[in-house]
Amino acid sequence: MASMTQNLAPEDARNAAREVRKRRLQAFFFVVPLLVFLIFAFVAPIATMLYRSVHNPTVANLIPQTLAALEDWSGEGVPDDAVLIQFAADMKRMANDRTSGQLADEINRALPGMSSVTKSTARALRRVDDAEIAANGAAMLLEANARWGEAATWRAIRDAGPIYSSSYYLTSVDLERDRDGNIVQRDTQIYVQLYTKTLKMALIITGLTIVLGYPLAFFMAHASSSLANFLMVFVLLPFWTSLLVRTTAWIALLQTGGVVNSTLQWFGIIDDPLQLLYNEFSTILAMTHILLPFMVLPLYAVMRGIDSSYMRAAISMGSTPLGAWSKIYLPMSLPGLSAGALLVFIISIGYYITPALVGGTDGQMISNIIAFHMQVSNNWELAAALGSLLLVLILVLYWLFDRFVGTDNLKLG
Amino acid sequence: MKRFPEYYSFWHIAGHYGLRVTAFLVLLFLMLPIIVIMPLSFNAQPFFTFTEGMLSLDPEAYSMRWYQEIIDDQKWRIAIRNSFVVGIAAALIATTLGTLAAVGLASPWMPYKRLITALLLSPMIVPLIIIAAGMFFFYTQFNLVGTFAGLIIAHAALGVPFVIITVTATLSGFDRSLFVAGLSLGASPLKVFWDVVIPLIRPGVISGGLFAFVTSFDEVVLVLFLAGPEQRTIPRQMFSGLREQINPTILAVATLLVVLSAAMLFTLEALRRRSARLSGAG
Repeated sequence: MASMTQNLAPEDARNAAREVRKRRLQAFFFVVPLLVFLIFAFVAPIATMLYRSVHNPTVANLIPQTLAALEDWSGEGVPDDAVLIQFAADMKRMANDRTSGQLADEINRALPGMSSVTKSTARALRRVDDAEIAANGAAMLLEANARWGEAATWRAIRDAGPIYSSSYYLTSVDLERDRDGNIVQRDTQIYVQLYTKTLKMALIITGLTIVLGYPLAFFMAHASSSLANFLMVFVLLPFWTSLLVRTTAWIALLQTGGVVNSTLQWFGIIDDPLQLLYNEFSTILAMTHILLPFMVLPLYAVMRGIDSSYMRAAISMGSTPLGAWSKIYLPMSLPGLSAGALLVFIISIGYYITPALVGGTDGQMISNIIAFHMQVSNNWELAAALGSLLLVLILVLYWLFDRFVGTDNLKLG
Repeated sequence: MKRFPEYYSFWHIAGHYGLRVTAFLVLLFLMLPIIVIMPLSFNAQPFFTFTEGMLSLDPEAYSMRWYQEIIDDQKWRIAIRNSFVVGIAAALIATTLGTLAAVGLASPWMPYKRLITALLLSPMIVPLIIIAAGMFFFYTQFNLVGTFAGLIIAHAALGVPFVIITVTATLSGFDRSLFVAGLSLGASPLKVFWDVVIPLIRPGVISGGLFAFVTSFDEVVLVLFLAGPEQRTIPRQMFSGLREQINPTILAVATLLVVLSAAMLFTLEALRRRSARLSGAG
């Protein structure tokens, strides 16, 4: 393009440049409506979640004056009476605004058991006179519950104060800050273990889909066109069938009174029904079934383009079938294999529905704990931090894949 | 008996048949669970297994009672209506915006093409649970949680990548000089788009729309987080059915859904062939 414009008169070059700008703008205008829509519907929600994982203004909004008064406290012993009086006044206000429950939840996260203490204290202070609190607030607080006399309680309140906090990320990798602000291991190790387990299950599922999918794709790719198209229906039909339908099918099959158990009993192989459902086994089995088409389709697309005469040539020259396959066919089918493996792996890391329905307690994955914190424990900030880590993990995997293999092999059936 | 070349060893011939058997078993694994639920949905008893009567093909052992239950239960009727309303609305939004964008992305003049493509395809890569949590936080601020509008917007965003992929694939066989010819004859870009581009890429647009519809029709995680009781869809109803009171009504619904997916599959295959013929590739 540059060489073309060099030979033009200055005016023509300007016109040409203007024309290019116009075309670029024209092309861009076609994309703008979708871009605006997706930024609102999708990008902003993800950004909100990332923000939420470090941002929690609840405590700062509820008891700003108490937090300000706590700033001068050393962190040892009980804070001054002034702080306690201020807190008692805040508690009375929250009891009347019906917001004391929010504070109770926040403190309870750092110090289990504080939820009921906070709520009962708020109830006790609700009808007390303002003047009475101003005079005797500290004593009343200590009388309502002895835990207001413990330094640990006040440290928990102080530490819950900042609007921005890295504590949710620390929690989501099983760490916390101790009294001196050092990062230490938490007593209960949950999340690292769960991430490892999720990765392990995703790896097993990916491995199983390769073992099952590779021979099938190989057979279909080198069968006659009409046979391949006919067999493709049996891959695409499950692919197009609702996820819920396929999970339902596995529940029907694996139940204690289900098809598999009654068949095994009928043949006399087992006497009592096996517990096949609601465990890690059923989760892996159902997910392998659900994700198998994601492995077969890219593999088939790549294998279809491989000339099988290479393999025949190698064998005719004395190679064993296995040797010919591993030296010639496998490297050529690798793009399809890695595309399928990446798809299956990424999809299974973030899977929610199937583990939730057939996973029982030991088949739960990281998505399930995120849903738990969103819906049951209402610890939204922790859910956001766990989700952000999962998102980073997936983006890194995707980036690595794009760099080393390229995403052009990702095609839809 | 099939004849093999002379240089084939025993192991190669064993491998030849071994491959056939393995491929057959894997296809069986793929299809069997889906096939098994179909006869079970006609079970006269509320069990998830074949009764003696069913095995001996006694007509008494079969019944349509679970299908009747779908029709009688208002919850299922509402769920079916909701699924179609949300699915069609989401597919329309995704297809309209997605087709326009795909045409822009196919232009050689498109600036920041890689970045924008990655952004438009990202709803396909991010796990649903993360999208659901983010949307719940963000949509709450606009009172969109628990509304049809919120659910439709969310599902439209999920469908966008599928429309982009299918329409882009169709456009790769599209002769761009037709677009330039239209412009040079004095038509506006939008008019050329509507009168020249759309008729030629219609199969791709329709299959993109179907993909978007099916995405919404099957989706349950976003429904769990964003929908209120009034927006319950078929998958949502199945989800609570599987968690709370399992009975063969779910198998009847599942059977109907399998039939529906088969219909979709054949429609898409027909469209793909038509598109291949139009672009001259097949």
